[in-house]
Amino acid sequence: MKIRTFAAAAAIAALAITATGCSGGTSNSGATNGGGKTLTYWASNQGTSLDNDKQVLTPELQKFQDQTGIKVNLEVIGWNDLQTRIQTAVTSGQSPDVLNIGNTWAASLQSTGAFMPFDSAAFDAIGGKAKFVKTAMDTGGVPGQDPTSVPLYGLAYGLYYNKAMFKDAGLTPPTTWEEMVADAKKLTAGSVHGMTLAAGSYTENSHFAFINAAQNGAEFFGPDGKPTFTSDGIVNGIARYLDLMQADKVVNPSNAQYDNGTQAINDFANGKAAMVLSQNNANSSIASQGMKDDAYGVVAFPAPAGGQQIATMVAGINMSIFKNTKNKDAALQFVKFMTSEATQASLDKSFAALPVLQGVTPSFTTNAEQAKTFEDIYSNKSKPLPLVAAEDQFESTVGKAMNQMFAKVASGGTVSKADIKAALTTAQQAVEAAG
Amino acid sequence: MSATTTTRKSGASAKAPRGENRKGRRAGWWLPYALLAPAVIFELVIHVIPMVTGIWMSFLKLTKMFISNWGNAPVTGLKNYQIALDFNSAVGSGLLKSFLITAAFTILVVGISWGLGMAAAVALQKSFFGRGFFRTLFLIPYALPMYAGVIAWKFMLQKDNGAINHFFFDNLGLPGDRPFWLIGNNAFWAVVIVAIWRMWPFAFLMLMAGLQSIPNDVYEASAVDGAKPLRQWSAITLPMLRPVNMVLLLVMFLWTFNDFNTPFVLFGGSNPPAGDLISFHIYNASFLTWNFGSGAAMSVLLLLFLLVVSGIYLLIMNRRKDRA
Amino acid sequence: MHETTSAKAFRITTITLLSIFTIVPIWVMVISGLKPLKDVQGAFSWWPSTLTIQPYIDMWQTVPLASYFLNSVIVSSVATVLSLIIAIFASYAISRYNFRGRTIFSTTVLSTQMLPGVLFLLPLFLIFVNINTNFGLQLVGTRTGLIITYLTFSLPFSIWMLAGYFDGIPRELDEAAKVDGCGPMRALIRVILPAARPGLVAVAIYSFMTSWGEVLFASVMTTDANRTLAVGLQLYSTQTNVYWNQIMAASVVVSIPIVIGFLLLQKNFVAGLTAGAVK
Repeated sequence: MKIRTFAAAAAIAALAITATGCSGGTSNSGATNGGGKTLTYWASNQGTSLDNDKQVLTPELQKFQDQTGIKVNLEVIGWNDLQTRIQTAVTSGQSPDVLNIGNTWAASLQSTGAFMPFDSAAFDAIGGKAKFVKTAMDTGGVPGQDPTSVPLYGLAYGLYYNKAMFKDAGLTPPTTWEEMVADAKKLTAGSVHGMTLAAGSYTENSHFAFINAAQNGAEFFGPDGKPTFTSDGIVNGIARYLDLMQADKVVNPSNAQYDNGTQAINDFANGKAAMVLSQNNANSSIASQGMKDDAYGVVAFPAPAGGQQIATMVAGINMSIFKNTKNKDAALQFVKFMTSEATQASLDKSFAALPVLQGVTPSFTTNAEQAKTFEDIYSNKSKPLPLVAAEDQFESTVGKAMNQMFAKVASGGTVSKADIKAALTTAQQAVEAAG
Repeated sequence: MSATTTTRKSGASAKAPRGENRKGRRAGWWLPYALLAPAVIFELVIHVIPMVTGIWMSFLKLTKMFISNWGNAPVTGLKNYQIALDFNSAVGSGLLKSFLITAAFTILVVGISWGLGMAAAVALQKSFFGRGFFRTLFLIPYALPMYAGVIAWKFMLQKDNGAINHFFFDNLGLPGDRPFWLIGNNAFWAVVIVAIWRMWPFAFLMLMAGLQSIPNDVYEASAVDGAKPLRQWSAITLPMLRPVNMVLLLVMFLWTFNDFNTPFVLFGGSNPPAGDLISFHIYNASFLTWNFGSGAAMSVLLLLFLLVVSGIYLLIMNRRKDRA
Repeated sequence: MHETTSAKAFRITTITLLSIFTIVPIWVMVISGLKPLKDVQGAFSWWPSTLTIQPYIDMWQTVPLASYFLNSVIVSSVATVLSLIIAIFASYAISRYNFRGRTIFSTTVLSTQMLPGVLFLLPLFLIFVNINTNFGLQLVGTRTGLIITYLTFSLPFSIWMLAGYFDGIPRELDEAAKVDGCGPMRALIRVILPAARPGLVAVAIYSFMTSWGEVLFASVMTTDANRTLAVGLQLYSTQTNVYWNQIMAASVVVSIPIVIGFLLLQKNFVAGLTAGAVK
């Protein structure tokens, strides 16, 4: 007995020391103490820095507090950490009330069962399902189930081109894949390349694997939700994309090291490349490199002649509520506020996002032509990424396989269609094993 | 697990205080246990219980469908292990490849670090002008926070704006294209070099400390006998450093084999297959695919491997010591 | 000083090559922190086109480095002090008492060095959450949780090293103290600890460095409010630009305190190792 008492006393003493030794640590992470007056909100990094996000969101959250009396504790989380943080939150149940997710994760996160499904009552509470653009709303979760997320910001890929370079070469913006490659070849000279890609980023690579395959009419998952990575349409689509670096040589091999989109955008903005594929929130990054708004134009990422006109996946950010929130009503009020027209108008502008609400005109750029182009791409030339639970595994396995293939091409090797098929087979096996 | 036995056993010894406790006779038998208690509690909470939980996880189908409610995760028995060890499947062959890469990585890093550490320790054994300076200099990579050093290397290994390619192709004027260091096959050499840079000062430090405990007159005696430096090294230094080496090699082996930080900081999110060290591989297997049961099974396999290797190593070493 | 030519050649070659190997990355780090942004984006140069301290000014804005710095200092110092106290008690018991379970304890503690961090990252997180639900002690997302984790990480090596050091202190010393009427605790404090100072310094340095450099657990267990430098430094590369000059400047700043501290105390560290671990 004595030992146990002593051990317990020692433990308590030791814990007390550590607890008092550092009580300065503020804990704003998971504390969802009742009362309904405070919400914890995890925002994803949309602006130029975490700090920038904080500055943009704080006045809005203040407005929300003024209107409802509900205080929102904000934490902006970088993309590198977001997935791990969500995982630990899901695992432990120690979670924020409301959070942002990449909309491509929606179906995967839905399958964890940790998020609140938006049933019709919940939709009524946030202003009705009908207020959202259908394209955006489709990304909310697996079809046929109550979605676990609602759209917050819309994004789409576009092909940015340098107007001066095109004009000097006597070229007009491409409307087909073949034209794009021909233009890029003409524009590749010396240290300038026709195109730049984030060829070392597995997320970007998986997106373009999807888009190129979709242009060929191929699907990564069958109707039964099983992976079908090795179809010809997919292999050819990926080969076409790889060939920009391998056969057409319009992409600098160095791009194989670009593990995020901004590095490619910087190359474009600094005149090292004539075209870049990017989501529509690139404008602030381009401007920060000193490229003027009127120096570049945007067209839809073209499909090959005869292919399906798909230029982007439905990209963007959705909002979810954790099921175990103790402040469900407050959380719904907050989602309603964030997806209201007034808040959206201001946030779309700051974060260069496309509207996810019906009947709202894009405000992310003052350039009407650009806004129209993206609006058209988003509504008419988009396709959602596979809405299946294994979507995140598709992104990581296929994206990483593409990273390796680009790396091989960049370091002088060749990647044949057989190689692509072999890599996709491995990726598919990994997805199957995890399922 | 054994730490729990410690506390439990203490109850038994309470009934029969043992004769050999004479050193603690003034204090009473419980004092050593009381002294150990805080350490035991922290070890339990941070190391032992999580490890047991991890082992338990490895028998569950703990994918994202079940992660939010562990109680419902189905027990799959050895299935996670079967998948991890089926080297014909994508998962198993990936793990095997990663294991082999890590083994090669460990042999190179530990071997070369030891060699460099030994060379430096011997070179700085005799006092000369500037010895203190070089000793200090050599310790800096060890003193630097690990991520600061690795980030500097990451910058140096960039293809277009890195110092390494600049040195070889601009300063030395080598012909040909600048290679990538952080993607493709060169990534292996990159991570090896960075790990050596981090590790060898530790070997140097330990060996230097060991050399200091060798009395000078041993060398003087052998010098009188006409022994050459190389002979002195193999006849005196090496045997005298045996206890140091025994510990040093084991510790370096464990640290290197488990190294997560170096590839994590060096490669970031996009790890090339050539630099796919096993800790990093398991981390990705768990967190990227949300398959924590499978990740736990791989970790347990890794732990078993390390236990077996360390056990055999210690056994051989102790036997040799007994014979000597 | 009789030295053969070959021995001298060996010494000079070894020292030269290792010096280059050691210095180059440090040089790159220091000099790149003094370059304007365009220098680090273009081809590398061993010397900046213009020397500037701008990166050292800008880096505090790009990420909130100061607050991360403070967090790291608090976490590492508290963890070091606690770990040292706990290790002293444990090592004293191991070194001076022969009790049941002694070997088991020592081997178990040492073998935790083998644990792959990934194996217990998630379980540990869950245990912290459970402690929070059952005892109301907030460990996740607080400095407390990180401190407890780090102090335990350095315990095994510390206990082992200190126990070795204590073994080297003649028992006659504490026997004498006991004859003078000191209890075992007073003997520890009055006699052993003063004699073990280099060992204590060595252990403290080791603990501090372990906490200061840990990345994996910090990246999962911290939030914006208590993020440590190890994680904070990575944020520079997630910004719109890769500010290599600011990253290098920040690396220099986070390294300076620990490098200076280590180098000042290195004699103690070596002495601690010599008497402790290396025996």
